[in-house]
Amino acid sequence: MTPLTDPRLMLLQPGDTVFVLRDQIAAGEAIFVEGVAVSFAQALGLGHKIARLQVKIGQQVIKYGAPIGRASRDIAPGDHVHLHNLVSDYTPTYALNGGE
Amino acid sequence: MMRGWLRSDGRKGIRNVVAVAYLVECAHHVAREVAGVDRDNAHVIGFPGCFPNPYAQKMMERLCTHPNVGAVLLVSLGCESFNRHQVESVVRATGRPVKVLVIQNTGGTRSSIAEGRAWVAGQVAALANAPTVPMAVSELIVGTVCGGSDGTSGITGNPAAGIAFDKLVAAGAACIFEETGELIGCEAIMEARAATPALAAELRASVEKAARYYATLGYGSFASGNADGGLTTIEEKSLGAYMKSGQSTISGLIKPGDIPPKGGLYLMDVVPDGEVRFGFPNISDNAEIVEMMASGAHCTLFVTGRGSVVGSAISPVIKIAANPHMYARLSEDMDVNAGRVLQGEATLEEVGQEIFDLVIGLASGARSKSEDLGHQEFILTYKSFEPIGPACLPV
Repeated sequence: MTPLTDPRLMLLQPGDTVFVLRDQIAAGEAIFVEGVAVSFAQALGLGHKIARLQVKIGQQVIKYGAPIGRASRDIAPGDHVHLHNLVSDYTPTYALNGGE
Repeated sequence: MMRGWLRSDGRKGIRNVVAVAYLVECAHHVAREVAGVDRDNAHVIGFPGCFPNPYAQKMMERLCTHPNVGAVLLVSLGCESFNRHQVESVVRATGRPVKVLVIQNTGGTRSSIAEGRAWVAGQVAALANAPTVPMAVSELIVGTVCGGSDGTSGITGNPAAGIAFDKLVAAGAACIFEETGELIGCEAIMEARAATPALAAELRASVEKAARYYATLGYGSFASGNADGGLTTIEEKSLGAYMKSGQSTISGLIKPGDIPPKGGLYLMDVVPDGEVRFGFPNISDNAEIVEMMASGAHCTLFVTGRGSVVGSAISPVIKIAANPHMYARLSEDMDVNAGRVLQGEATLEEVGQEIFDLVIGLASGARSKSEDLGHQEFILTYKSFEPIGPACLPV
């Protein structure tokens, strides 16, 4: 049986290491990710990524069935995956305010 | 019922506007004031630079002979390096009315505006009575861009635009996707769709060139707002942007100003050739729209997640909202709400069909939101290209 996952989390391809949010999640709201309850200090908007699988530092993060960069620190299931733990294999990402 | 204005080269326009083209920034004010006599029917385009540039010359010649253009007023200061004589003769050879207004020879700003307005008003009146002919989907060229992307763009708006592209290509139209700097990371999956192995190598080379070019500049084709919308890396943004291309076989690789020789799906290589010079390849979204117009695009599908509001001079833009929350805030600017897919209110196939129908509508008398709002953005800057190689357009 598939572990319980919040219906707002969308899996785009079977091998992806991340889910994509189809709706926003409020700050502090508890949600299930593969059966584990997690919450986030900040609200997350739709389109943001939540880790589905563990990814060790230096390993590839997979979305759309393809690599979208490498973990810059260890990523655990349920983590928000963004600028703080994922880096490009091509050019660094420029963001004014940390992408929040 | 699709109808168009038949041009002497056999192409048909879905609009019939007067292009008011400034040939250096110093003539921009006069051009803008001239077009102000009838903004619906007189659209300002132009090139700001005073140094000569073969790319800009070619782009302006293509734009002034675009099928949506029925007459051309060239506004020159008089001392700029742009070759006004050449663009005038190119336009004249197509049979379109063309006039050159040289501000330094016309008594200055006020008298130039007055003379330009009188000419444009006469052309608009003449174009209003020009006959139209039936037009087929197979005679359309449609471009696509995405701008202000976020984490929803690659899931809703871009794949829906890709479905519309598949339908257009199946009906014989030529469709252009572009921005090789936003295909970084997609080389392998994209080359597998090329019509020939030699074209596959060209597609890969174009993306590798883009990766080198942006690496030299130090920034990917990635704006701060992309990160606010949940996108983290250029390759992630690219995979989403790539969805706009749909599933069709890739028929060819073109560069700005090359006109697709027949129906099919084309990648436009927008990154300059040679060493890095003149700065970023396309400094904002409208530069991409302008290049697809120079390759004959009758209209552009523009997918946005964060909420771009731009339109374009000459060719209408269809705005596709990928993000349902943004659609709720900016619905007056959006033609399509692809964000409905996330809320389970529509399928990608349904949104793709809606986009296809809107394209046909534009060629049947309907107007897009950005047209009604008066958006006529235009930007053209310096670039340098080598001609495409023989493998780029397999027979």
